[in-house]
Amino acid sequence: MYSASDLRKGLKIEIEGVPYEVVDFQFVKPGKGQAMYKCRLKNMLAGNNMDRTFRAADHIDQPNLEERDLVYSYSEGDDYHFIDKETYDQFSIHANIIGDQKFFLQEDLAVEVLFHNGRVVSVTLPSFVEKKIIETEPGARGDTATNVLKPAKLDNGYEIGVPLFINAGDTIKIDTRTGKYFERVSRG
Amino acid sequence: MIPERKRLQALAPVLAARAKIVRAIREFFNVRGFLEVETPLRIAAPPPEVHIDAEPSGQAYLRTSPELHMKRLLAAGYSRIYQLGPCFRRGEFGARHHPEYSMLEWYRTDADYRDILLDAKALLQEVARQTLGKTSFPYQGRPVSLDIWECLTVSQAFIQSAGWDPAAEFDADRFDLDLVDRVEPSLPFDKPTILLDYPASAAALSRRKKDDPRVAERWELYIAGMELANAYTELTDAAEQIRRFDEWNRQREVLGKEKYPRDEAFLDALGEGMPPAGGIALGVDRLIMLLTDSASLDEVLPFRAQTD
Repeated sequence: MYSASDLRKGLKIEIEGVPYEVVDFQFVKPGKGQAMYKCRLKNMLAGNNMDRTFRAADHIDQPNLEERDLVYSYSEGDDYHFIDKETYDQFSIHANIIGDQKFFLQEDLAVEVLFHNGRVVSVTLPSFVEKKIIETEPGARGDTATNVLKPAKLDNGYEIGVPLFINAGDTIKIDTRTGKYFERVSRG
Repeated sequence: MIPERKRLQALAPVLAARAKIVRAIREFFNVRGFLEVETPLRIAAPPPEVHIDAEPSGQAYLRTSPELHMKRLLAAGYSRIYQLGPCFRRGEFGARHHPEYSMLEWYRTDADYRDILLDAKALLQEVARQTLGKTSFPYQGRPVSLDIWECLTVSQAFIQSAGWDPAAEFDADRFDLDLVDRVEPSLPFDKPTILLDYPASAAALSRRKKDDPRVAERWELYIAGMELANAYTELTDAAEQIRRFDEWNRQREVLGKEKYPRDEAFLDALGEGMPPAGGIALGVDRLIMLLTDSASLDEVLPFRAQTD
């Protein structure tokens, strides 16, 4: 149990069985009234925000959250399979939970998986992954500008904007948090 | 250069404005025949308000407000008094709360909360003119004008925004929650708004209204979403005052809070007779935030108060 005075940005709490993260919070105390904490909470399962005000005397549930280091192994339709390299426990995670990050998975990629009461809440990839471009217009040699982008495709069909000097066969670094090109790693 | 030096140097314009505002406040009262008084910071008996906790200081406490001492002066015949100085409230910390802050209080005898409202309006307009040269200015990107003030009873505001009338049936918990979640966010931003006539159960140290005892003669001033001041027609009935102090202490005990001793000197002064009076407490740091377009108290104070 947390008390209201434990509330701060980033704290994870539970309301009616749902885990929330505190994304914003403000101490308020009207006139002669009691101290309260106005919070903006992010539903960790559905992703939407809600506002909730807690009174100083309120007790707040602590969610049963567990973070595990897993590695990606393979996918079968919409099911993505991960493995714990220490215990060899296997997990199948639905594409809906992984979202667009699924395009950046590759065999043996280490990911952080957050569980709530044993259920997968989120999958976090490393900030950067390296991927090979399989299709794009031929590069303009010597054009080193990085602010003009052209479309390119990864082997899994993901479309990404890359600078004009990138060619099919090049390996690039992608920022998984934004899904955008970061830099060229090597030429094809 | 150490970061503190940079931070303090950057504060120079706000600190200059702060000094100007404080001077303008004193000037306002001095020319109107109010006597500036100083009462003790370290006191034996803070008012036992349920949700205001005093900082202990040895066997005594740091004052949460100079109210009770100032009323002893009124009882002794002083008719117009003001004080501007520090107050301390334990555990209050946020963008608009510091555990140590500057409070302005003024009182006048043979007056009620409506007279105090006229004072407050004249004061804020005068201070804005003295420090900004005008009474309309932007706050956090939105226009604010001190020219026209709006009055709204607490009942009207709650019926409009929260769908119930706290004067008819009071629920303290629901009152506080709905006040911050529904009522305050729907008050006008661009003009001073007075929430007036609080339910009798939230009368604090104000007198009940003679023609409607369900409510008390208390108002709060809001500007730009910020609560700036709390005013009363003062309670002068000693027996009623003792009943309220005892009830608050009982509620403090239920909440697991320390009970505060009775301020016998104050109650004796009331018992012997105090003229009818109006009074008010105004948060000076918040007024400075408003007039310097600052988002938090940290931006108008050079140093952060000690929190523990």
